[in-house]
Amino acid sequence: MGQSSLIRPAGEAVTETVPSERATGVRRRSNWARRLSRDKLLVGIGLPGAIALVLFQYVPLLGNVIAFQDYQPYLGFTQAPFVGLQNFSFLWGGDPTFYNALINTLILTIIQTVLVFPVPLVLALLLSSVAGERLKRLLQSVLYMPHFLSWVIVVALFQQMLGNAGMLNTFLIQHNLPQFHIIGVPALFKVLITSQTIWKDAGWGTIIFLAAISQIDQEQYEAAAVDGAGSWRRLWHITLPSLKSLFILLLILRLGNSLNVGFEQIVLQQGPVGRDASEVLDTWVYNNGILGGNWGMSGAVGLVKMVVGIGLVIGANKLAHMFGERGVYEK
Amino acid sequence: MTTLDQVRGSSRESSRSRKRPVWMEKPSLFVQVIKFIVLLIAIALVIVPFWSVFATSLANKATIDASAGGMVLWPGHGMSLASYQALLSGGVVTRALIISIGITAVGTLLSLAATAGLAYWLSRSRSFAAKPVLMLVLGAVLFSPGLIPSYLLVKQLSLLDSWWSLILPVLVNAFNVIVMRAFFQELPQELFESAAIDGASNLTILTRIVLPLSKAVLAVIGLFYAVGYWNAFFNALIYIQTSDKWPIALILRTFVVNQQSIGGDQVANTQGLPPQLSMEMAILVIATLPILIVYPFIQRHFAKGVMIGAVKG
Repeated sequence: MGQSSLIRPAGEAVTETVPSERATGVRRRSNWARRLSRDKLLVGIGLPGAIALVLFQYVPLLGNVIAFQDYQPYLGFTQAPFVGLQNFSFLWGGDPTFYNALINTLILTIIQTVLVFPVPLVLALLLSSVAGERLKRLLQSVLYMPHFLSWVIVVALFQQMLGNAGMLNTFLIQHNLPQFHIIGVPALFKVLITSQTIWKDAGWGTIIFLAAISQIDQEQYEAAAVDGAGSWRRLWHITLPSLKSLFILLLILRLGNSLNVGFEQIVLQQGPVGRDASEVLDTWVYNNGILGGNWGMSGAVGLVKMVVGIGLVIGANKLAHMFGERGVYEK
Repeated sequence: MTTLDQVRGSSRESSRSRKRPVWMEKPSLFVQVIKFIVLLIAIALVIVPFWSVFATSLANKATIDASAGGMVLWPGHGMSLASYQALLSGGVVTRALIISIGITAVGTLLSLAATAGLAYWLSRSRSFAAKPVLMLVLGAVLFSPGLIPSYLLVKQLSLLDSWWSLILPVLVNAFNVIVMRAFFQELPQELFESAAIDGASNLTILTRIVLPLSKAVLAVIGLFYAVGYWNAFFNALIYIQTSDKWPIALILRTFVVNQQSIGGDQVANTQGLPPQLSMEMAILVIATLPILIVYPFIQRHFAKGVMIGAVKG
């Protein structure tokens, strides 16, 4: 999930150059042409990757110009007339489908933060209490695995298990029990999405908690046990407090990511439940822009979402720093 | 129980005590049972769907009909590979499979080369322009340019409906660059210096020293890329318009998620076609199997790969 991956660069700034290298760097910086000719092979090796990164991460930003245009594919960027902020009218004009998408996004964010977020912690606590390294590793292997499956596979598996002709309902029919419909039911769509997210990524999310648990000083437990603390009290007074800062950090990062809620996952399942129940911001952009041809406004929504998203990440980092954590990047 | 343990020599005894320190009390039976049940349910929730899909893909019509036309947990007597034969003897699924394998192979190789090259450049901190380029890479971790602008760029580059649109936009993952750079910086830098004094060029150092020492990280990141290419769904959905060029993920969506029926147009040999459900499940197995095969290999390394940045802080 995004949380665990976002953390990776945290250590990055720490692995920066050692001071002595930096000093020599300053000395040589005066003559960059000479350095280029010295390093031309090195730069040549790295350049294809750098070009690909810039081309597909930074150049598309120029395409955001269509947010201010009445863009039509046959006209292109240069011919399309500029319309000022008209495409941003969704912000004040009240396009009901947009508000629906926004509300769904926020509801899903809240559900996923409250329900999905703590599951890896509970699983990690359970796993860490399993005696026997080999059994523990086997359990971990099985639980991590769904993370590597694509959403298409996960959605297909859920259909086959819980769908109207799926395993659960087949079983219920055979035993003359009332059927249970969750796939394709608008009211339960958010429950379905949430349970899929848990199924796919809860196991993977335990990695970071398990690493943190393994770093807790064992002598604390021993001392507590000697003082008469039972296993629950040790959990409550040692394990959980030790994980508190990590938990807060992950929570903050989740907040920074809160406008992104399962795009592929939802696109795959929108058909049967309809857009009222399932539309989120990302699918709104996709449905109205690429499918609907309403390029200008979709571009504007995408742009606003990107800017708000960057703002949330930066804000979340500020928050992390306020809590004394390192966050995604250094101050 | 205790007598059994006493009978098994002392080495066994010491390994047991390492599992539970002396001070730790024996967990109560109730807690043990609860733990066992919860973990068993968690494991079953992962494994049962796979098993059921696999079993159904082998089942014949009689077995499926016997379970009210739904999924089965045991393929039964008439189990056969007929679904796989039908799907893999030419037709849509075979073609998609070849396409996906091709994209995964080409994409993974190119991604690894580009990522390793860029990471190597940035790992030599005194090298030309390493700092600003590193900032670009870090920036790319923080945001993604968004759907519409990315689509327009691919369109402008005339990559629409080309398989390159599934490779080039995801060629370099900024995260992987950072992980690999961190790994390269961990290598003993004296090796590079002495090789340079001996007259080795940067390219020689990379291919002769850095890469051979970095097999573990190359394997992990290569497998991450490969899984990404194999799973690629959304880019294929928006960039590839001709259904003849679809990779396996889109085939899976069409025939399994959207339940389009598989008939004469989709398979080469329509004689005595296996049941639809078996074939659908066989597609699902085919799409999942490569990941299940490589998974144990990634699995050994990925904790290290994922944690490298975080733990080093």
